[in-house]
Amino acid sequence: MSDNLYLDEARDPLIIAEAWMKDGKDVAIATVVETWGSAPRPVGSHLVIDADGNFHGSVSGGCVEGAVVTEAVDVIGSGKARMLEFGVADETAWQVGLSCGGRIKVYVERLG
Amino acid sequence: MDPYALKTLNAERRARRAAILVTDLGDGRDRIVREGDQVAGDLGAAIAKTFRSGNSGSVEAEGRTFFLNAHLPRPRLVVIGAVHISQALAPMARISGYPLEIIDPRTAFATSDRFPDVALRAEWPQDVLERQPLDAYTALAAVTHDPKIDDFALKAALDANCFYVGALGSRKTHAKRVERLLALGASADQIARIHAPIGLDIGAASPAEIAVAILAQTILAFRSRGIQAKGAAA
Repeated sequence: MSDNLYLDEARDPLIIAEAWMKDGKDVAIATVVETWGSAPRPVGSHLVIDADGNFHGSVSGGCVEGAVVTEAVDVIGSGKARMLEFGVADETAWQVGLSCGGRIKVYVERLG
Repeated sequence: MDPYALKTLNAERRARRAAILVTDLGDGRDRIVREGDQVAGDLGAAIAKTFRSGNSGSVEAEGRTFFLNAHLPRPRLVVIGAVHISQALAPMARISGYPLEIIDPRTAFATSDRFPDVALRAEWPQDVLERQPLDAYTALAAVTHDPKIDDFALKAALDANCFYVGALGSRKTHAKRVERLLALGASADQIARIHAPIGLDIGAASPAEIAVAILAQTILAFRSRGIQAKGAAA
């Protein structure tokens, strides 16, 4: 048992991001910065991604993670942060929209 | 994100201290603000509000947009006493999102039969609290009625600035307790923070009803913390 009852180290995205960084991996961090309507994950939720597309955490109920991972790999390459928006109003809704009908804004940045 | 900010943030989270990651969404620069750090202006006011509510969000200040990501420790409830009230309190607290630990050195009371699926320590509070100190995001309810067990934990809870401190007992019992805590070195202001008789006044009679009253008072204390104590907070 972990000696910290209140922080799930094995699944915590920010703890994993730090461990990846220590292993010398390139890492991107995606954060839900705004939600409208019904959104599966609250503002502040994280998805962390490495350059090979491995990821931990979530920014939705699995609806848009694939798209965020793809963008994140680009962000790792360029070092330039991006603001992504997902929702039923988007042109891309039919591909990677949120079936719950909500909208979310996700900020993707490189670690370091 | 700045690697140093991430390391600092994770260290704060492991130590159960509140911190906010402030990110300028225009240029991507970020920094960690700890509870109690002085930040001026509109941004400072927004940060103070975020520490109270725990709700992350964006804020416009100084012509820029900042994202404030609040990382508050999960509140927890430490109960001194593996008694009838605690048996009812344990499942209710868990459902309400306040993980609970029970400490009672009396091995006849602290049995896993009586407390299935509960973090239970059949030890003296001083031994457990030395390993796992109390903090500002912990509530403490002392319900053994036994000064030998309750008093040390109550003093420790006051010193750690627990967001809630409650003690079971009538007004008469509490008056004697006040004398003992003064003798232990607690100040009158500190002692005034103890909720005694314990629990919101809902006319609770049964152990389960008293558990509801304690839990409701804990939630009220957590959701209003930092508001009445503004002047007192260092």
